[in-house]
Amino acid sequence: MDKTNVVTKSSVAASRKYKKNSQLYEIWRNFRKNKGAVLGLTVLSIIIITSIIANFVIDYETQIIRQVVPERLQRPSWKHPFGTDQYGRDILLRILYGSRYSLSVGIVAVMVSLAIGGVMGVIAGYMGGIIENIIMRSCDVFASIPALLLAICITTAFGANTLILMISVGVASVPAFARVARAAVMTVRDNEYIEAARAAGATRMRIMFTHILPNCMAPIMVQTTMRVGSAIITASSLSFLGLGVPPPAPEWGSMLSEGRSFIRDYSYMTMFPGLAIVITVLAINLIGDGLRDAMDPKLKR
Amino acid sequence: MKDNDLIINIENLIVHYETEEGTVRAVNGIDLKMKKKRSIGLVGETGAGKTTTALAMLRLIPDPPGVIKNGVIVLNGENILDKSVKEMENIRGKDISMIFQDPMTALNPVFTVGEQIAESIMLHEDVSKKEAYERAKELLEMVGISGNRANEYPHQFSGGMRQRAIIAIALACQPKVLIADEPTTALDVTIQAQVLELINDLMEKHETALLMITHDLGVVAEVCDEVAVMYAGRIVEKGSLEDVFNRTKHPYTEGLFNSLPNIKDRKAKLKPIPGLMPDPTNLPIGCAFSPRCPYANDICREQKPVPRWISSTHMVECSAYDDPSFHIARREK
Repeated sequence: MDKTNVVTKSSVAASRKYKKNSQLYEIWRNFRKNKGAVLGLTVLSIIIITSIIANFVIDYETQIIRQVVPERLQRPSWKHPFGTDQYGRDILLRILYGSRYSLSVGIVAVMVSLAIGGVMGVIAGYMGGIIENIIMRSCDVFASIPALLLAICITTAFGANTLILMISVGVASVPAFARVARAAVMTVRDNEYIEAARAAGATRMRIMFTHILPNCMAPIMVQTTMRVGSAIITASSLSFLGLGVPPPAPEWGSMLSEGRSFIRDYSYMTMFPGLAIVITVLAINLIGDGLRDAMDPKLKR
Repeated sequence: MKDNDLIINIENLIVHYETEEGTVRAVNGIDLKMKKKRSIGLVGETGAGKTTTALAMLRLIPDPPGVIKNGVIVLNGENILDKSVKEMENIRGKDISMIFQDPMTALNPVFTVGEQIAESIMLHEDVSKKEAYERAKELLEMVGISGNRANEYPHQFSGGMRQRAIIAIALACQPKVLIADEPTTALDVTIQAQVLELINDLMEKHETALLMITHDLGVVAEVCDEVAVMYAGRIVEKGSLEDVFNRTKHPYTEGLFNSLPNIKDRKAKLKPIPGLMPDPTNLPIGCAFSPRCPYANDICREQKPVPRWISSTHMVECSAYDDPSFHIARREK
């Protein structure tokens, strides 16, 4: 045992020089190198902060939904940087306030599909056999219905309000999450450390959710971020069709829809909400791309 | 050796993998007894069924396609093949635990080493997280790693240190039986010696029975009290270290020794056993080793050999000994 003690003492001394870093820190370090991803994160942070403080700075009753007929359909000016709509409401304020709807619908919808689809995928991937077949085939059935169509069905059946919108958009992307989670679990499932955990007496539930799931985080996190972007688009589309957040709430999609009839003469009314959607989704997709690159095992030294 | 020292008794264990292409007869009737503080080396070529035997003891054979066809594995007087899944989860890690072959992949990369050791304590004992973590640090010290490295991740450990950490996990609940599946194959020779010494020391201290699975006869000579040689799912020769190493009886065991370099005659060519292990989906009718055996006769090819006890400790399974004058070329020492 003398030899071994010498070995460990010197290796302890050497290890002190290294920073104790977790995988999360490694990912952040790679993420920072990607300029586009950092730009996306900055933009998204600004949008998130805006959406949080909008509630305190902007008064919903007087500044968002009150109609000011004398100021209707004004082009962008210093007083109204993005102009006003057909009821004389300031479009800039409405867009700033509207970020609350788009972001919350996008994020909550993805959380819904992550919770349902993720759990389904993990169980399918780990258990295999009949259980996997039942779960994945029913996902296939759902996936064969176009996401937007499915969301329209749910909102028409249960009524158009924000909560139903979140759930319907979420349910529509459950199959995608189940597939990603299942594929990720299947690559991790056969690793020796999973067998080791089984040999140590861990229960099936414990192996699935505390041993396998954290090792599948990379593809699931990328999928989650990417899906927030498409969930925002789906939610806006539904609002555009009048099935999402009901007016007069300033949801970006419904603002686009309202501006549609004025597009020939007052194109700014559709341009600014459209830009808001594009920038938000672009920022989220940039983050998603950056995350995917940062988590790519090929980049590890 | 008294009977109450008996910890595990395997009788006539048969494991098949039933695939679409055919039935793979991985383990074909094995008897093995493990006693307190004693270590058994399970030796054999790749595909002889060594790992399948070990996994059967933990009931971890991948199912499907693996099926335990027959046999009993008695632990503490109870057959573990009759246990429920829940009871098995309690036995694994507490009564029987296993050290895996490759230290590089046997630790979970997203948890610190300390957390992983603490986990296996918490699974079986009613202790708080903090206590378990303290115990984990002590266990690390026990295997010769400084306790304050418990909060590091596996990728910050070297191969030898990871194998030590894995040993610490396996011994966390002081199991009665430790299965080591080629614990040193992935390590270089200097670390190998340290790890073997560590396993030996800890076995003495905790009164554990050890099943050492290996294809390295040098490792067996260093660690084990008894040796069982496996071929095509059967134990063909079994006995004390001296029995098998110095009074070799089975032609296959002889072939294994001939394939080792001889330190006294460095220019001598190695004599590998000709041919390959028979296809386990299609085993020969007679002795499975007969197609490769230099001494094989017609009886060997047509009849399954039966176990033959040469002394109270030494068993060999070879029909050639029906002829009293038969002996293999390797001389007794």
